[in-house]
Amino acid sequence: MTLTEIQIKKIEQHVSAFKDTPGALLPLMHAIQDDLGYVPEDSYPIISKAYNLSIAEIHGFVTFYHHFRTHPVGKNILQVCRAESCQAMGGDEIEMYCKNTLGIDYHQTTDDNAITLEPIYCLGNCACSPAVMINDNVIGRVSKKKIDDIIQMTKEKS
Amino acid sequence: MTSKIYIPIDSTALSLGAEEVYRAILLESKNRNLEIEIVRNGSRGLFFLEPLVEVETNKGRLAYGPVDVSDVPSLFDSEFFLGKSHELSLGLTEEIDWLKKQERLTYARVGITDPIDIIDYEKYDGFKGLKNAIKLDPQLIVKEVTDSGLRGRGGAAFPTGIKWQTVLDTPSEKKYIVCNADEGDSGTYSDRMIMENDPFVLIEGMIIAGIAVGADKGYIYLRSEYPHALAVLNKAINIAKEKNYLGNNILGTNYNFELEVTRAAGAYICGEETSLLESLEGKRGMVRYKPPLPAIEGLYGKPTVVNNVISLATVPIIMDKGAAYYADFGVGRSKGTLPIQLAGNLKKTGLIEKAFGITLKELLYDFGGGSATGKPIKAVQVGGPLGAFLPEAQFDIPLDYEKFSEIKAVVGHGGIVAFDSSADMSKLARYSFEFCAIESCGKCTPCRIGSTRGMEVIDKIKSGKEQEKNIKLLRDLGDTMVDGSLCAMGGMTPFPVISALNFFPQDFGVEKKETSA
Repeated sequence: MTLTEIQIKKIEQHVSAFKDTPGALLPLMHAIQDDLGYVPEDSYPIISKAYNLSIAEIHGFVTFYHHFRTHPVGKNILQVCRAESCQAMGGDEIEMYCKNTLGIDYHQTTDDNAITLEPIYCLGNCACSPAVMINDNVIGRVSKKKIDDIIQMTKEKS
Repeated sequence: MTSKIYIPIDSTALSLGAEEVYRAILLESKNRNLEIEIVRNGSRGLFFLEPLVEVETNKGRLAYGPVDVSDVPSLFDSEFFLGKSHELSLGLTEEIDWLKKQERLTYARVGITDPIDIIDYEKYDGFKGLKNAIKLDPQLIVKEVTDSGLRGRGGAAFPTGIKWQTVLDTPSEKKYIVCNADEGDSGTYSDRMIMENDPFVLIEGMIIAGIAVGADKGYIYLRSEYPHALAVLNKAINIAKEKNYLGNNILGTNYNFELEVTRAAGAYICGEETSLLESLEGKRGMVRYKPPLPAIEGLYGKPTVVNNVISLATVPIIMDKGAAYYADFGVGRSKGTLPIQLAGNLKKTGLIEKAFGITLKELLYDFGGGSATGKPIKAVQVGGPLGAFLPEAQFDIPLDYEKFSEIKAVVGHGGIVAFDSSADMSKLARYSFEFCAIESCGKCTPCRIGSTRGMEVIDKIKSGKEQEKNIKLLRDLGDTMVDGSLCAMGGMTPFPVISALNFFPQDFGVEKKETSA
């Protein structure tokens, strides 16, 4: 997928904004992903030239971190906690229910582009397991009913 | 008279509907033409009672909870805003047994104050520790921290004062304070609670650390899973700057200290201090060899203090009340208090700050109220995903770094996850390997490859394939990972696996005698 001119311009702006920041790659990738929804691989040559890094170094950096994605995602991101505390409270069932209801596996997006499903390892909400996060909002003591509500809400939004 | 109502803004409270409750109370008070002041306070950490709404009265704050949006009209009907009784009444918050039995030092203000109200912070003893520290010679600050017996609360339990002393003693024109806020251990949320509910105490602790070791720059490396904490910390840092607690010539002294938050990117391994430093430098979070210690060659090769959130947030009270006051809590070499986080399958979950020495049994049953499902508690995992699974026979053990280490377990960051009798321990053991495979940085072969081979071996044992041979292989693999990994990721993953096998062989489909080493 080639980048649009607007996307290139945005990437260039971020690249120049962090040029003098020590450890720039971390805040830079966040800025790009927050802005474009993902870190396009086509941004690597721009970063490579500006920061004097090889494309392999940039690729190695981006793919090391679970948070960064190199492909576009749906309008909403549903992250399901897979960690121990959630497992202790039936998190496995919630996990299966999300996959079955949405008809997708982890790292996939629904056909209507409404939801991307991602696993996550602890949301710090372990006192109220199982937990999921829809975009930036954590939901505690999740039930199948609550998952239905979340899915419904994303549909209404889009 | 205006009524003052407190509705928490902590993300666990929000995850249970605190925002909706806030909106409903606001709307209802407008509809009824009532003069009500709403304060968005932090959470007291009594999560089984959240959303916990409080009303200020001349006797103290009265609690109501857990409040659902549907309870709001009846709360108003019974005039809860005047402190009157309702079926959700819990009495005076401070008198709630669960809270009253605690010893809140680091969390003294958590849940009481508005997290980003610096006046509120000062009113409740905030910045007293810093004001004492700026009058002291840096060596005396380090001595105070050393004498308090404070040990790294992130899990490694290394004495904080000794780390600081090393940085102080290493000459360099540039030094750093790095706060490890990559709270990746599942079952833990005490760092998150400090950052969201009392951010100034962390900022104060970092300023004191900077003054003590001669550093003028600090970073908070915050996990990306905590967007709410990020917003709160950034707000608090800006307010602290305006008030000259941060920046140049702090409070009219010659000390300077700059602080910023760096968002991590979802790699568990970056909670390991050297991996964290690599990540902060804008690289893959690959674990470094030690030595050199980060205290001597840390961030960008400069002497660096890397401390966990709770360690740093505990420094202000030590500098305020003195090392002896803090060291008076606790047992043996485990001095002071530990914020214990009850999680998983328990009736009453939440944050308990207690002096070291309390037993698991007291925590699970007296505080936790037993399992949420009502079934017997089968096992607990203490100290995150790398901690051993402990069976009921070990529930008498007191929380004490040394006592835990004797049974090959860890206190770690103080998170306790309980499992009821329906838990399949072999599945959890397999998950430990799976997690290690996903999160390994890849530097050490036993961790990178062993984690995947470990999953396969467990599958073979469970399917009944050459069980005796495969159990021996699993133990060998565990030893190789423990001995052949640079950091705790590979070095401790065998702890939960082997403990599950030792204590719950039936879950692996084997007889007890077959599992012996």
